[in-house]
Amino acid sequence: MEKEPVFSPKRLKMITEPLGKNNPITVQVLGVCSALAVTAKLKPALVMAFSVTVIVAVSNLIISLMRKSIPGRIRIIVQLTVIATLVILVDQFLKAYAFDVSKQLSVFVGLIITNCILMGRLEAFALSNGPWESFLDGIGNGAGYGIILVIVAFFRELLGSGTVFGYPVIEKLGLYSIGYENNGLMILPPMALIILGIIIWIQRSRDKSLLEEDKQ
Amino acid sequence: MSLRDKVDKIKPHFMPGGRFARLRSVFQGFDSFLFVPDRVTFKGSHIRDSIDLKRVMIIVVLALVPALLFGMYNTGLQHFRSIGVDPLFWQAFWFGFLKVLPLIIVSYLVGLGIEFVSAQIKGHEIYEGYLVTGMIIPLIVPIDIPLWMLALAIAFSVILGKEIFGGTGMNIFNPALLTRAFLFFSYPKWMSGNEVWIEGMVKGAGIVDGFSGATPLAYAAAGEISKIPSIFEMFIGTIPGSVGETSVLMILLGAAILIVTGVGSWKIMVSVFAGGAFMGILLNMFSVNDYMALPFYYHFVMGGFAFGAVFMATDPVTAAQTEKGKWIYGFLIGLFSILFRVLNPAYPEGVMLAILMMNLFAPLIDHYVVQANIRRRMRRAVPTGAGQ
Repeated sequence: MEKEPVFSPKRLKMITEPLGKNNPITVQVLGVCSALAVTAKLKPALVMAFSVTVIVAVSNLIISLMRKSIPGRIRIIVQLTVIATLVILVDQFLKAYAFDVSKQLSVFVGLIITNCILMGRLEAFALSNGPWESFLDGIGNGAGYGIILVIVAFFRELLGSGTVFGYPVIEKLGLYSIGYENNGLMILPPMALIILGIIIWIQRSRDKSLLEEDKQ
Repeated sequence: MSLRDKVDKIKPHFMPGGRFARLRSVFQGFDSFLFVPDRVTFKGSHIRDSIDLKRVMIIVVLALVPALLFGMYNTGLQHFRSIGVDPLFWQAFWFGFLKVLPLIIVSYLVGLGIEFVSAQIKGHEIYEGYLVTGMIIPLIVPIDIPLWMLALAIAFSVILGKEIFGGTGMNIFNPALLTRAFLFFSYPKWMSGNEVWIEGMVKGAGIVDGFSGATPLAYAAAGEISKIPSIFEMFIGTIPGSVGETSVLMILLGAAILIVTGVGSWKIMVSVFAGGAFMGILLNMFSVNDYMALPFYYHFVMGGFAFGAVFMATDPVTAAQTEKGKWIYGFLIGLFSILFRVLNPAYPEGVMLAILMMNLFAPLIDHYVVQANIRRRMRRAVPTGAGQ
């Protein structure tokens, strides 16, 4: 059999597809809860996106390596053990090197264990694909998750707190002096859901192939 | 050449394939505004009545007029009181008129603008639903609300609360209340507190020493029951509050118009008051503080309770549709309004949240009423022993 190049078009698609057409949040509708919880500010959202990417990629890799020796009946437990181990590692790493962000994210780092994207990718992809493909798929899905998180957090921080990465954009533009005020609803989680809805709306109206068949 | 002929002459241009086909709904909107639509059913058992959505909406707007006019007068009255002047009637009214007018203009400009644009995009007729919403919105906000905030909130509620669901008649939540809820959570500083209800008080210039703009509900929430105005004053409505919600007298006048014409459901209005009374009496019985001990009928004349019961809860789109369902729906609105109001210090006024919550549950109530009806009829249709 001919050897496939490391970054063949098929493998590159594993990274690019989750960014748009097969986005874990907007198309697969996974991991929405954490998208609501950590997106009030950009910095925690970015750290969260990074953490999830690392964990999905590495757990995909590990499970893919073990896929032939895991008995089917206990595979969920094995997957959870791998994920939990990685989550604890990331949590400890954040506590050591980014303590303030870790405090902002509080329980939500620990709750990455329950993020549906992880189990979803392990079940749907890593269990039936090779290690390198699984790793790429993990990176792609983590990035797809992250890009939505960052978009939502950008609007919530800009409109809710008037800052971008803590930099007071609105104040520098002088909008406060002409009567502009920050929108308190943006800080509240319901608004994250609404922004997410708008992103899905825009995506589906641009890409008609995402629309379900009309049942009537 | 009559106007009808002229309209008919330009009509082909707006039909599919015509030069201005994209503007068809604008054409139809004005056509049916000028003339009663000529397309009526001729066959079958349909009710043929000249009432249509436009006429229904006009009646509701008429019913709102007393509250609106009084709101204008009261805006002026409260302003002059706050600066220690005793105004003449016309002086107060004119002042209030000039202050309320921008709210109405912004409301219709933004709301109808979005309706027009979305009708062109989706290619359907322009719905008249916003006629009423646009009149209610200025009545349920504080007079000093910045106009850009109002415009933003209206855009939010019309696009995300109504157009997304398919436009007039398809929305889950009452758009006017959604506008208010958006303002309430986005800009709490402008929607609560003691200053926002009186024109000019936020700026604080020339306010008489010791004058408080607190609403009766604010006094009640703070436990200062003795400062609540007399029940007569609250009934007439010369108290601080949102523009059109203060005068229960004028709201009842509007209620009379709605009930006589059959446009608003009296069942919902009555059951909202019944639910409020039930909860009020319950709180009276188990009262542990002054607010809970407040006689239940006070709640009817305080805040937006009466306005909500008459104009918001009866919105035919978002209310329960079944007759039995209307009783349940209204009763729970009244009950939750008073519950939120008295027991949750974060929300001095519970009517808005109670109605929005019951909007959400209205389809569920209807579902169970319909199912119960089907079961009852099935039992009647199949007598025991005959269905083998």
